[in-house]
Order: sequence, then C-alpha cells, then structure tokens
Amino acid sequence: MYEKFYRSLYRIRRVEEEIARIYTTDKIKSPVHLSIGQEAVSVGVCEALGRDDIVFGTYRGHALYLAKGGDLRKMIAELYGKATGCAKGKGGSMHLIDTDVGVMGMSAVVGTTIPLAAGYAYALKLRGKNSVVASFFGDGAVDEGVFHESMNFAALKKIPIIFVCENNFYSIHSHQRARQALCNIAERARVYGMPAERIDGNDVLRIYERVMKGVQEIRSGSLGPRFFECMTYRWMEHVGPNEDFEAGYRLRSEAEPWFEKDQVKRLGDFLDPEARQMIEDEVEGEIREAFEFAEQSPFPDDVDLYTDTFKEA
Amino acid sequence: MERILTYAEAIREATEQEMARDPTVILLGIGVDDFKAIYGTTKGLIEKFGPERVFDTPLSEDAMTGVAIGAALAGLRPIHVHIRMDFVLLAMNQLVNIAAKGRYMYGGAVSVPIVVRAIIGRSWGQGAQHSQSLHSYFIHVPGLKVVAPSTPYDAKGCLIKSIRDDNPVMFIEHRMIHYQKGHVPESTYTIPFGKARVLAKGDDITLVGISYMAVECLRAQKLLTEVGISAEVIDPVSLNPFDLDAIAGSVRKTGRLLVVDTAWVTCGVSAEVVAQLTERFQDSQQIRVQRMGFKPVTCPTTKNLEDLFYPNSQKIASAAYTLVHNNRKFWTPTHVEPPEIMEFRGPF
Repeated sequence: MYEKFYRSLYRIRRVEEEIARIYTTDKIKSPVHLSIGQEAVSVGVCEALGRDDIVFGTYRGHALYLAKGGDLRKMIAELYGKATGCAKGKGGSMHLIDTDVGVMGMSAVVGTTIPLAAGYAYALKLRGKNSVVASFFGDGAVDEGVFHESMNFAALKKIPIIFVCENNFYSIHSHQRARQALCNIAERARVYGMPAERIDGNDVLRIYERVMKGVQEIRSGSLGPRFFECMTYRWMEHVGPNEDFEAGYRLRSEAEPWFEKDQVKRLGDFLDPEARQMIEDEVEGEIREAFEFAEQSPFPDDVDLYTDTFKEA
Repeated sequence: MERILTYAEAIREATEQEMARDPTVILLGIGVDDFKAIYGTTKGLIEKFGPERVFDTPLSEDAMTGVAIGAALAGLRPIHVHIRMDFVLLAMNQLVNIAAKGRYMYGGAVSVPIVVRAIIGRSWGQGAQHSQSLHSYFIHVPGLKVVAPSTPYDAKGCLIKSIRDDNPVMFIEHRMIHYQKGHVPESTYTIPFGKARVLAKGDDITLVGISYMAVECLRAQKLLTEVGISAEVIDPVSLNPFDLDAIAGSVRKTGRLLVVDTAWVTCGVSAEVVAQLTERFQDSQQIRVQRMGFKPVTCPTTKNLEDLFYPNSQKIASAAYTLVHNNRKFWTPTHVEPPEIMEFRGPF
C-alpha cells in the first residue's frame, strides 16, 4: 500500500516540478495552478475510490487528475496546447478531463463543479449504480452560494457523494479568517444534515482511511453525502510556478510546519531504499516520455477552432 | 377531424410522450409537481413517472441548473423548468460557463443534453421582474441552442426535438401563447431547428415576429389588408440556429423588413437580424428596415404605462404602414385588446 501511495504522491510532485521548470520557457502559454503541498488530499481520496467512481475538481486539478488515473501524456500535451491533449488543446490546465477513468471536466470558476457532482450522483442513484462521486473544492468555494445550495440538495436527496474540501486557508491571497466568520467548514457542512469531519495534518493515510470508511458505508447502502474538510497547504503561489512568501500576504514561517509534514517525504521514508529508487526511476522515465510526447505532438489545425461547439446528431 | 390542443397541452403531451419513450428523461423545477403544475404543462407527470423522475426543487436555481447539467453528464436528459425567465438569471453561471462551453472546452469529451424551459410572463401587472424576455443573452453565447416556437404544433415538435438534442437547449415559452389553440397530431414528431416558418404570404413587407410577437404580427397582417398592404409574416421558431435565408428570401421580394421582438431592441434579436440582413443586401439591394420591441425602460405594472411599454398588433401595423409608405403616410388602426390579454386574470 505504501508503495502505491508513494508512487502517486511522488509522481504528482515531480510532474508539477517539471511543469514549473519548463514554465519559464513559455512553452505552456496558459495559467497553471500547482498543487504542490496538497497532493495528499487527492491521493488519499482517490486511493479509496475505484475506477468506476467519478471525481469533479477545480482549476487546481493536476493532482486530482493524476491521482484518479488520468493519462499523463494527454495532460502535458494539453498544457502545451497540443491536439493530442486531453481536451484537444482547447482547455488547458484548468479544464483537464479524462472520462475513461472518471475524471470529469474541471472548471476555472470557483464552486461550479459542486452541483455538477451532485447531479451526477443523483443520476447514479436513479439508475441504480453502485458508484460514488467525489466533489473536490477549496475553502474559497465555501463562500459561494452554490456550495450551500448543493449541500442542501445532496442531503435532501441522500445521494452517493463525498464532498472533499481542500482547505489551504487561502482564496488567492485572502485568508479564510478575512472571509468567513466561522472557519470550521466541517461544522458548517454538518448542519445541512450530513456526517462531516475535519482531517488535520495533510495526512494521506488518515484521509484514505476516513474516506474509505465513508465510501464503504455508501456502497453498502447507507446513502447520503459525507463531508471531509482536509486541512492542507499550498506551497507555491496561487497561479504560476514560483513561491510567493516574499509577497507579504503570508509568511514562510506559516508554511514551515507544512513543509515538515511533507507526505512525499513521509511515505518515501516508509519504503526500503531499493523499492523507492525503482518507483522513482519508473516515474522519471514516464515523465520524460510525457514531455517528449507533448513536445512532438502537433498543434490543432485551424479548422479545429470551429469543432465541438455542438455535438452533431 | 382536426385534433386541437392548446400550446400548454402540447408542451405537456411532448413531455409525457418523451418520458414514456426514454427512461433517461427527467423533469425538475420549482413547482413541477404541485397542483398548478406549471400552468398545466406538467400535470399528471409525477403520478405517471414517479418522484425520482419528476421532482420539485429547492429554491436553488444556480445549483439545480448544475445538478441538471451533472445528471446530463451522467447520461440523463433533464428538463429544467423555470416558471419565470427572470429566475434564470440566478443560473447564468452554470448555463454560460458550463452548459454552453462544456463540449468545447473539454475537447468534445462530453455533451450536455439539457432542456431549460423558460417562461416569459406579461401583462396584468407582471412588472419589472416577471416579464423579461432574455433570449438574446443566451443567443450571444456560443454553445446554447435557443428556440421560441409560437404555435402549439411547433411547441410539441420543438420540445421533442429539444429533448432528443445532445446539446443544451433554451426553450422559450411566452405565457400568452400558452392559450393559443391549434392542430397538434397525437403522434410524436420533431421540428427541425434553424428552419423558419412562413405564417402568411405577402408582397409588400416582411414581418418577423419572435415568440408571442408572431401571433401579434399575424393580427397586424390582417389589419394591414384593410389598407391594401400585403404583409408576409415569418416566425423564426428557432433563434439559434437562425434561418436567415428564409428572411432574406422574403425581404428580397418585399424590400422591407420589420422585426418585432418580445424583448428590448438594443443588442437583441431584432438588432441582430437587421444587421445581418443589411450586411447581406448592402451591395445588391436597397432595403428598408425597422426594429420593434419593448420600450427601453423597466416594465411598469400600471395598465396604461404597460400598454405603452409592450409592442402589439396595432403598433406593428402602424409601423409597417409607415415603412411601406416610405415615411410619407401615417395610419394607426383601432386597437383591439387580444382575448388572451383581455381574459387574463391573476394571481398569475
């Protein structure tokens, strides 16, 4: 199990480090919102899900896409704006999608995918499927009205959904304390009529265990939403490849405890060095290959500007 | 014998037949299951198809639109009903940012087969927030189909087509045409999008009426015959895609165009139609054009101001007369209040 978790965590971290490294070349001509530091939430939740389960996420979605099994080559090609990308080069980093593994499209508008996840879960229930939907969003989305509307609907209709709030404390540069009178989001979710808990410490194993329990309960017939507020921390700037501790809105000292809790390092330390090295070598090879694939792929044709506005009959 | 239904009955029949045919069709919206049943358009459907496929919603237009889209992503075909189009404003983010763009921004990986039924109110003091026709908002954004049929026959065929379409469709219904009666076959049939309907043939001027204004244009056409003017009346039926060719063909013959919208003129359908026609004809033919719609103010409730605010058959006929006589002669017929407005009683 540790090997599987480590591979996923390490892979996401290294993919994003490579994105950050290549970003200065301007080959990725589109915004990127890196998940570095927050990988544990996506990995912990997705390890508790199966291939037929569905995830909806946000513009900070590289980690979720990869953790759920999204195709790495198509993701990098998408960032490069290539025709071989997961959205044919027309969506970019903020609109990743891989429906083959249940990664539904991500959105650049905060909170928008929460009701989509609820609607998907409603359809699963109506059609008698045993799958579960996981809806990922940040603490910023909790400020949006649609979050509250969706919580109410999910509880009302007892749909098979896991809400995952990645609380990294910041909506862009604005701290949760400046936006919310009551900062315990799990407590606020609970009053809508669903079990809700806060998971401290960005602990990938703890997240996995708690979510797994919720998923199993849903699968065994105890329908209805479960809510998890996962405390985590964004290491990099809101958008872009750099750190931003010099900008003044947060201090490096605030981040340091989170650096110490780094789950990539923690899981890596559980492994024997040989197994760890093998995983890292494999992942590095896969990443090299994905960037080469993106580099060598063609850009979309001019005619592609007009394709896919409507689905033709 | 001809089978006659009202527009509202045609909507109900289309919904019932499609729900019976296709188990993935669901119906949701505030009040769809109550005793008033959205002016009868959803009557009996919960009894027939059950509360999982036909359900009332919390007053959460934003999230419920997202729910409809999410259900569509999972393979259902939701029909989301709004008893007032004004309320759809609360759902703009989901409609514009997800429904319209989903297929394009995800590279064709998904489609969003939802129908949004938006009902436009008017008269009897509906006022500022119960009377708006906001179809132009949706036509502006690529990715949404917009239809506004004016006859019971087209209402049934268009709704069935909308439900079967794999894309988001805004289905615009004017409250005042819910009462219109007409021939509606019992069998299921679809009306193609992007094909206008000529409601009356004529040679002197082309009247294009959007939604309820098609009915008023037909009344104006009759008034105009009294003064020797032969008007062609066209109902576009579908606003996006739009059958410009049909209108261009008519205007080539008449040389005059009056587009009447049940909405404001500025940046609206009437402005768009006139602009596109002018572009098309500028090198080949001199044409005379005019737009007509709501007065450029908020809709008032009091009856005398309300009458000034809305276009009607009298104003259409008068404007058409002036247009035909190149602004040199003027005429205004006596206004007769149409029965649907005269007979309408509240609450709504």
